[in-house]
Amino acid sequence: MDLLGQYLVNGIMLGTIYALVAVGFTLFFGVLDVIKFSHGDVLMVGAFAGFTAALGAAALGFTNPFVQLAASVLFAVSGTALLGAAIAKWLILPLKNAPRLNILLITLMLGTALRESVRLFYPDGSNPKAFPALLPSTAWQFGNFTLRADSALLVIAGIAVIVGLHMLINRTRLGLAIRAVAQDEETARTMGINYTLIVLVTFALGSGIAAVAGVMNGLYYNEVNFGMGLLLGLIGFSAAIIGGLGNLYGAILGGFLFAALQMIGAVALPFASAYKDVFAFAVVIALMGWKPTGLIPERSSERV
Amino acid sequence: MRAFILRLPPLAAAALAFGLGLVYAVVFMEQESDVAVISLVAFAAVAAFAAGRIGLIRRASLAAGTHPGAVAAMGGCMALALIAVFAEDHFPLLMLATVMLYATAALGLNVQFGYTGVVNFAGAAFFGIGAYTSAELIGKSVLPPVLVLPLGGLIAAVIGLVLVFPVVRTRGHYAAVVTIAFSVLFKTFLEVNDTLGGPQGQSVGPVTLPGWSFADGPVVFGVETSFYLNYALAALLVLGLAFVMVRRLERSWIGLALDAVRLDETASACYGIPIRRAKILAFVAGNLIIGVAGALYGSMLGYVAPTSFTFSDSLILVAIVLLGGMGSPWGTILAAAIVVILPEKLQAIQEYRFLLFSVVVMAILLFRPEGLLPRAVRRYLPVPQNEEAA
Repeated sequence: MDLLGQYLVNGIMLGTIYALVAVGFTLFFGVLDVIKFSHGDVLMVGAFAGFTAALGAAALGFTNPFVQLAASVLFAVSGTALLGAAIAKWLILPLKNAPRLNILLITLMLGTALRESVRLFYPDGSNPKAFPALLPSTAWQFGNFTLRADSALLVIAGIAVIVGLHMLINRTRLGLAIRAVAQDEETARTMGINYTLIVLVTFALGSGIAAVAGVMNGLYYNEVNFGMGLLLGLIGFSAAIIGGLGNLYGAILGGFLFAALQMIGAVALPFASAYKDVFAFAVVIALMGWKPTGLIPERSSERV
Repeated sequence: MRAFILRLPPLAAAALAFGLGLVYAVVFMEQESDVAVISLVAFAAVAAFAAGRIGLIRRASLAAGTHPGAVAAMGGCMALALIAVFAEDHFPLLMLATVMLYATAALGLNVQFGYTGVVNFAGAAFFGIGAYTSAELIGKSVLPPVLVLPLGGLIAAVIGLVLVFPVVRTRGHYAAVVTIAFSVLFKTFLEVNDTLGGPQGQSVGPVTLPGWSFADGPVVFGVETSFYLNYALAALLVLGLAFVMVRRLERSWIGLALDAVRLDETASACYGIPIRRAKILAFVAGNLIIGVAGALYGSMLGYVAPTSFTFSDSLILVAIVLLGGMGSPWGTILAAAIVVILPEKLQAIQEYRFLLFSVVVMAILLFRPEGLLPRAVRRYLPVPQNEEAA
């Protein structure tokens, strides 16, 4: 029971992180119909920005962990939001009318460039960094099962971000504009929506959320490294696809589904737990073969 | 000068281009110092620009369209001449053979990316499957090592079949995630799998023919040559076969169907082109070529390890295809030479190669999406010799 509970908490934790990454993919796909493969590496850059800010705050004499945490999150989110908007402006919008393969390729290469830049130019960037433990280390005991305060806080924060995003998309004028652009670019333009601005804001939003996921990942594992974005991005993308690209709730569902698959792979299967990712991806690939448009498909018809 | 070039028969222009290329390659490979290499690279950039301005490149590519066989033979002769010049030196031969095998693998990717538009970001994984086939079978089974090379391709193609179902059912981006996942997991799988050697990898035996082991340098006219000579010649043979196969495929009705599928799936389905069959054919044929190249590569290095077949290496292969020009076999070979040799000669950039080539590809996509040597339109009919370049 206790072990199962631990896996459950672990799964919810990972699912929240994956959902936050997947939401970004789905936002980008919604407004521009593009896949930004550098998303995972933007997340990694966010995690490193947060790490740097936490160290910087400590160096400036702010010993309170909450101040450090606030600095870390603030710096990570604003930095990656700018990065995301810059990527959209200079790499993705110019290629909007080129073959879609080109956007996929350019973002893949950008991801490699970001990854390699951190590895080569961040001080001692090729080695994993120990992320400072900024959350309280209290733990509650329920019988045999221990609930750590930091896990609980991270899950609550992640869910708060998801709910906040839901409110933003559905209840505000900005959200209305984003939905309008996602539905039809030309009509949105005619209605006086600043198309370019909305695209940039959406990319900033998605990238900022990825940075939250990156910092959460750092806090949870107490580690950041230059290669973390590749697998996280891949998982987030798979989650967005099995949920149904372009659908916000599909992405969240997909994120938790992927985490559940990993946990099943780790617990229930007879092989070494090193194969849990292999198992999860194999199921995802099979799911994609079965339902190519995802579990909650975006309603669309093809114009020929 | 321009007038002279334009009066030159296209074949002569092609011969001139290959001759200049040969001289340049010999001079380039002999340089040791960074300064000399950098100035030669700068010189090549200026020379290529000048050759473009005076019409040499256009004239030579015209020949590639009108006399593909003769031009291919010239390319083969140029490679043979290069191999002969460096017959006694290990390192240049190793580099030449590596270029040719990477070019072969990139030709395989070209069938998938360039012709059919089926994305494959697991090129290095299929290359690795070929190499690991060599490692497991050469010298450890009853199979003659020469047969292991085609078998490496077959196994890569068969393992690729596992991915075919989701790749064919889905489009563009979705197929990308399937192959990226395969590429990332392939390395993980190799690392945790002890029977395949784990993270340290394992050694590979040399290719042997009856009475002839590739591990010993053949004695030609009394000169003791490098054992890499065997591999360079074998790599040239493999590249030549792949080149001929890709060109024949492109010129056939199948190639036309593949192009149609890439350009517009809906329209080609309306004209009765079996889309699934075209995609499966391209995916399997491409992986077959990549796997054969990988099998020979593994045996040539004598050692395979998971770190040689990572996702970044797959992206390098994709970079070769894009740099050369999608669907352009000559461009692919040129790009393979640049991508493989440059970091080897300039040790200063070896560490930065993934960064460098990813930035180069981004620039190519933004400013020159057709690549260095853009793919020419098919020519089914021989055109008159005096035709002005289009």
